[in-house]
Amino acid sequence: MTNILIRGLAAAAFASFGSLGLPLAANAQDTIKVAYIDPLSGPGATIGEVGLKTFQFLADEINAKGGAAGKKFEVLGFDNKVNPQETLVQAQKAVDAGARILIQGNGSSVAAALQDWAAKHNDRNPGKEVLYLNYAAVDPVLTNDKCTFSHFRWDANSDIKMEALTNYMKGQTGIKKVYLINQDYSFGQSVRDTALAMLKAKRPDVAIVGNELHPLLKVTDFAPYIAKIKASGADTVITGNWGQDMSLLIKAAADAGLQTNWYTYYAGGTGGPVAIKQANLNHKVFAIAEGHANVPFAASQATEKAFRAKYGVTVFYPRAFNQMRMLAAAMNKAGSATDVKKIGAALEDMKFEVFNGGEGFMRKDDHQFFQPMYVSSLGERDAAKEPFDEEGTGWGWRTVARIETKDTMLPTSCKMQRP
Amino acid sequence: MAELIIISTLNGVLFGMLLFLMASGLTLIFSMMGVLNFAHASFYMLGAFFGFQIARWAGFWPALVIAPILVGGVGMLVERYGLRNVHKHGHVPELLFTFGLAFVIEEVVQMIWGKAPVDFRVPALLDFPAFTIFATNYPAYKLFMLAISVAIFVALFAMLTRTRVGLIVQAALTHPHMVAHLGHNVPLVFMTVFGFGAGLAAIAGVIAGPALVTQASMAALLGPILFVVVVVGGLGSLPGAFVASLLIGLLQTFAVSVNLSMADLLSFLNFTPRPGTVLRDLWQVTVAQIAPILPYILLVLVLIFKPTGLMGTRDT
Repeated sequence: MTNILIRGLAAAAFASFGSLGLPLAANAQDTIKVAYIDPLSGPGATIGEVGLKTFQFLADEINAKGGAAGKKFEVLGFDNKVNPQETLVQAQKAVDAGARILIQGNGSSVAAALQDWAAKHNDRNPGKEVLYLNYAAVDPVLTNDKCTFSHFRWDANSDIKMEALTNYMKGQTGIKKVYLINQDYSFGQSVRDTALAMLKAKRPDVAIVGNELHPLLKVTDFAPYIAKIKASGADTVITGNWGQDMSLLIKAAADAGLQTNWYTYYAGGTGGPVAIKQANLNHKVFAIAEGHANVPFAASQATEKAFRAKYGVTVFYPRAFNQMRMLAAAMNKAGSATDVKKIGAALEDMKFEVFNGGEGFMRKDDHQFFQPMYVSSLGERDAAKEPFDEEGTGWGWRTVARIETKDTMLPTSCKMQRP
Repeated sequence: MAELIIISTLNGVLFGMLLFLMASGLTLIFSMMGVLNFAHASFYMLGAFFGFQIARWAGFWPALVIAPILVGGVGMLVERYGLRNVHKHGHVPELLFTFGLAFVIEEVVQMIWGKAPVDFRVPALLDFPAFTIFATNYPAYKLFMLAISVAIFVALFAMLTRTRVGLIVQAALTHPHMVAHLGHNVPLVFMTVFGFGAGLAAIAGVIAGPALVTQASMAALLGPILFVVVVVGGLGSLPGAFVASLLIGLLQTFAVSVNLSMADLLSFLNFTPRPGTVLRDLWQVTVAQIAPILPYILLVLVLIFKPTGLMGTRDT
């Protein structure tokens, strides 16, 4: 009998330990809880941590100016291990902890699950709806066939990025043989298919000498893949890889002495620049993004300085700044920090000066944010014009092409159902 | 093509030798004690993290010696105060014990070193390309890894076949009970072998740490492959583990470079499934794409057709 009692007590104690990850703020009722659901352990943790820091930095910034709709932001981290099932468990935990704003970005497979969950949750729990703000999952389908009212995306989708990259590649006559290597899941396959279609249309003379899909965040040594790229005789590699799949890929290229041009989405991520410097790929690695540290814009450079001073890392997510600042603006406009239907409506068609300067806007039709995009390359800097380097390498990003907002617009197949 | 074959062979042999460093300990422990040690890959991870920490304080070379000794010590303690107590309750509790231990070690590592990968660098002395074939560099560090693994393999083999200790261990491999009846201090032998196996895994961890990624999930990534090696090689067979390690190392590396798909193999049938159907998707999958699951297919096939493994004598 006592035995059972003790076990029961132990179980209860264990259960309360489990909830220690939840907010410990004294006046927890008065904050706007924002749940950050991304990998905080395992192979995705390096980028997940940077994202969490970015959103905490932004919460501090907005709170210092008085918060939104009279309340302060509070960011709660939830570890989803880049796993769709785990994400749904964490999303439920986040909602139970009082969060109505969910933020996620890493992994389009995860994003699709969360998007679906959020829509169903909103149908079943009127009055307790959530908004899902996506800062990095770029599978086009999320704002096309699968679009939902509760999902908003601040990162340019994969098609927009590939359109910009291939437009730049069109003018690079040195490109003869292209190798594609991508992660084997929805996003990687989407990058591959779009690259094939767009290259065929824009550069029919280019030969595709390789087309590879590898497991997502499982490969720890890319040497076999690099050997294959080398053997194919490729002069250019296109990849949508992110996280350690990007840094380890370039690290393996550095070890093997592979000298090709790299057209990437996320070469700037943790570990990327160090590997690029090690491989001595001076201005041969290109990335497409909505901004970088050396964009000549006073406000973003000041923030960059403050961010680096505080965390010792680069602002890798300018879009997160647009996202949180716009969320605060939408809450002020809606006059509420909890009525997510009103906040969502306020976000629609909102125009906003983006982090790196220039105007962006949230398209009402599909909840895709459009903004100026930059193709940039990493290499030696002109210290006067390019003040920031990356990861202590001395090398920094240089803009090679800027694409205006209007030129990034692609049509959508979304048929939004509004509440 | 020749270039791809040579480089892939080097990479495959290297990966295979790393696997062998771990599988040798695992198979020794299994054959002596009958324990399938689920925590074995965790000792590999401990080796990498200990190596990282010691390399920070004292440099890489001391780490290469000290870390495996420390992990070996941890292994002995685990055997002495954990496994030995559980042993009297039979095999299932032992299995569960090592299973739980793997989680405990992972959590402890996360508490101490965090959940993100740590920055374990290749020592500057070995950070250069060793040689160039067909304009591809081969890093000196990888050559070093290969040399260490081969050296340990040779030493292990010499010890098992040429020394008295090896004689007892070998006898225990095939006739564990007879050895006990002959009056040897079997608990001590068990403890030493367990610690030694853990130490071997730790050596693999220290040398693989800088080349692969030192992170808390590295044990979970490699653990399942180890069991494949041990089962395919034959439980309790060291030569079997060696052959299976190389086989799986080469299989995984070469599979990556093969682009064949069902569509290519069966093209003579003049049959192409309609686009958009499931069959079409299956038709297009290349060997390279299924490379990561090939070892497990091999595992299933071996268990069906030759349950003793390639060189084993005992049933799994």
